[in-house]
Amino acid sequence: MTVIRRIIALILKEFALILQDPKSRAVVIGPPLIQFFVFGYAATYDLKNVRYAVLDEDRSVISGELLARLDGSESFERVRTLTAGQQVAEVLDRRQVRLVVHVGPQFSRDLQSGGPAVVQVIVDGRNSNTALIALGYIGTIVEQFNRQLAAEGLAPMAGPGVALVERAWFNPNLESRWYIVSALGGIISMVVVMILTSLSVAREREFGTFDQLQVAPFTPAEILVGKSLPGLCFGMVDALLFCLGAVFWYGVPFRGSLAALLLALACFVVTIVGVGLLVSSISKTMQQALMGSFVFMMPAVILSGFTTPIENMPEWLQTGTLLNPVRHIITALRLIFLQGADTAAVWPQLWPLLIMSAITLPTAGRLFRHRSQ
Amino acid sequence: MTARTRFLMRMRGLLRKEMLQIVRDPSSIALAVVLPLIMLFLFGYGVSLDAENVPLAMVLDDRSAPARELAARFEGSRYFDVRYAASPAEARQWLDRRAVEGIVHVQSDFAVRIHQRQAAPVQVIVNGVDANRARLVQAYARSVLQQWGAVRRARGEAAAAPAVAVAQRVWFNEAAVSRNFLVPGLIALIMTLIGTLLTALVVAREWERGTMEAILVTPLRRIDLLLGKLLPYFALGMVGMGLSVALAVTLFQVPLRGSLGVLFGLSALFMLAALGLGLMISAAIRIQFVAAQISIVTGFLPAVFLSGLLFDLGSTPLPIQIVSHVVPARYFVTIIHTLFMAGNVWSVLLPNALALLAMAALFFTLAYRNITKRLEAP
Repeated sequence: MTVIRRIIALILKEFALILQDPKSRAVVIGPPLIQFFVFGYAATYDLKNVRYAVLDEDRSVISGELLARLDGSESFERVRTLTAGQQVAEVLDRRQVRLVVHVGPQFSRDLQSGGPAVVQVIVDGRNSNTALIALGYIGTIVEQFNRQLAAEGLAPMAGPGVALVERAWFNPNLESRWYIVSALGGIISMVVVMILTSLSVAREREFGTFDQLQVAPFTPAEILVGKSLPGLCFGMVDALLFCLGAVFWYGVPFRGSLAALLLALACFVVTIVGVGLLVSSISKTMQQALMGSFVFMMPAVILSGFTTPIENMPEWLQTGTLLNPVRHIITALRLIFLQGADTAAVWPQLWPLLIMSAITLPTAGRLFRHRSQ
Repeated sequence: MTARTRFLMRMRGLLRKEMLQIVRDPSSIALAVVLPLIMLFLFGYGVSLDAENVPLAMVLDDRSAPARELAARFEGSRYFDVRYAASPAEARQWLDRRAVEGIVHVQSDFAVRIHQRQAAPVQVIVNGVDANRARLVQAYARSVLQQWGAVRRARGEAAAAPAVAVAQRVWFNEAAVSRNFLVPGLIALIMTLIGTLLTALVVAREWERGTMEAILVTPLRRIDLLLGKLLPYFALGMVGMGLSVALAVTLFQVPLRGSLGVLFGLSALFMLAALGLGLMISAAIRIQFVAAQISIVTGFLPAVFLSGLLFDLGSTPLPIQIVSHVVPARYFVTIIHTLFMAGNVWSVLLPNALALLAMAALFFTLAYRNITKRLEAP
């Protein structure tokens, strides 16, 4: 009974520390919300309104039709119409446009004589990823145009040959927002939990109150529980809030089981609490604790597959990412949201998290003692 | 003693104190040197948006010569790592388990249809969870089929080519290597980290520990105080930047087509803006926890998401685009991408440099004014 009373007192104190100061209070709620909207809307690989210029040396009805198809697409926005070849370098260098579509003077003649009529597309490769995506969009539009030409009998049928039938599972319209937003809860709650827990011991150490805590009748295990719970609570609340937001604000489908989601998030938050407390217990000051959590968080996010695929990394690094807790929650969240996974299906992601927390939490508990002696 | 020598003496003392503070606390060094190095290696060797050796399941319901030739085309592509599945169900299982990222399904009547010069459908299914990667995989599959079509046309087995063909060229980054834009972009991130986060924390710590009050009673003027904080972290940031540029060019072979002098000059300008933001935060906030959160939200996250470093800004909703204009990193990412890959294009560099200059001036003015207020505050 007294054990429970003691722990409750400790937990109340930890919550009071976060909630008593209006600025700290605001910071637990405000920044995660801002992150949710900024991440959700800004983090997309899909292109819209790509600015482009046209250099049409053919000026025929048929080239006009092809260009009208581009203008009609919501992916592209024509901002310049060029009249001479040397302007191409100028508009691309100055970043006035992302790409230039060049229709040569032979275009309609080539088309009528049955030979392939070539449209040159020059794209700014400063961001190679958007360059490749934009080229892909243009390829699709030209393909549709070819089909239209064939249907109108203006050009020979390109087939009969091999016809490609494309389908994307789990995300039929290939919206990259689903990919980012489904994993958002994990990332944002990690930032909050990491900052809260890494500061918890370091703050007391810097102000000297940790010694008081040590001489008070608490066992290290009780201190560990007291220090873990606020991070655990705020982390779970944030993560669940953003999962709800993903479904109801961004319209990401939730196809898996709720039990799997709760379990995965709980395992992950416990692991991060462990890492945070570990960082906290080896830091002498709050500044060291914050720097320490940054040194953990930045590589952890980069190597998690949140924005760049793990499959693109070299083999040795892919193996290394198995030690990264963030990788496991990101994978689990996407499996649950988009691929409809249940608890059994995400188990391969859960047990590494459980092992990690079984190592970090007790180690942190031991280090509390060790460092203050 | 003239005013000038008095100023120099004050600055010397203050700078000495700041330097000692940086050197004595290993965590500042960790953030200014170790973290940038880790990140550079991760971005240089690890992170990439270019898909290669994508595991692909091949289902051949038809074992005829054309079908096998098509499969061999996929096998020969450096983009794919082909595995044969016995049945569509098995391939589907692999896709569910994420053992493969796509399925190519050749139906049983493939050869017959090709022989009769009818359209022979080839189904390509991709795992759409990572939409960006799925698109690349689709594009690669399309190009494999197109190449095969060209080969067959050359042998006279297929009908005419598509009427309109696209000839594509990628300028500035001819091979479209994502590392060439990720690594320079990272430099902007590292400088933000040192300029904004580290600076904001350091000053907040002085408030929290009460050492700021001790400094305030010395004859230091506000401008001295600002300069004393500015110079050491400016130096730290520029060292981090120089290190990153050296590694980017030598180890990761990112082309640097602009001049080094311009790169350093404009980086210094960005460093001032990032520091200005850090000092502005630190002048207003005296709690490290809050300062850390605010600098993450106003400095670090926008540098990743609202700068064009990874994601295309033109595709975001209008409010986000408007907000991105007050993010210094946005201007610097444009500058650094242009300098590395395109060269000294002054019509791009100049407007962006002016924006950075204006922001630096604004931040410093606000920091300066806020320090006064705080002096008089209870």
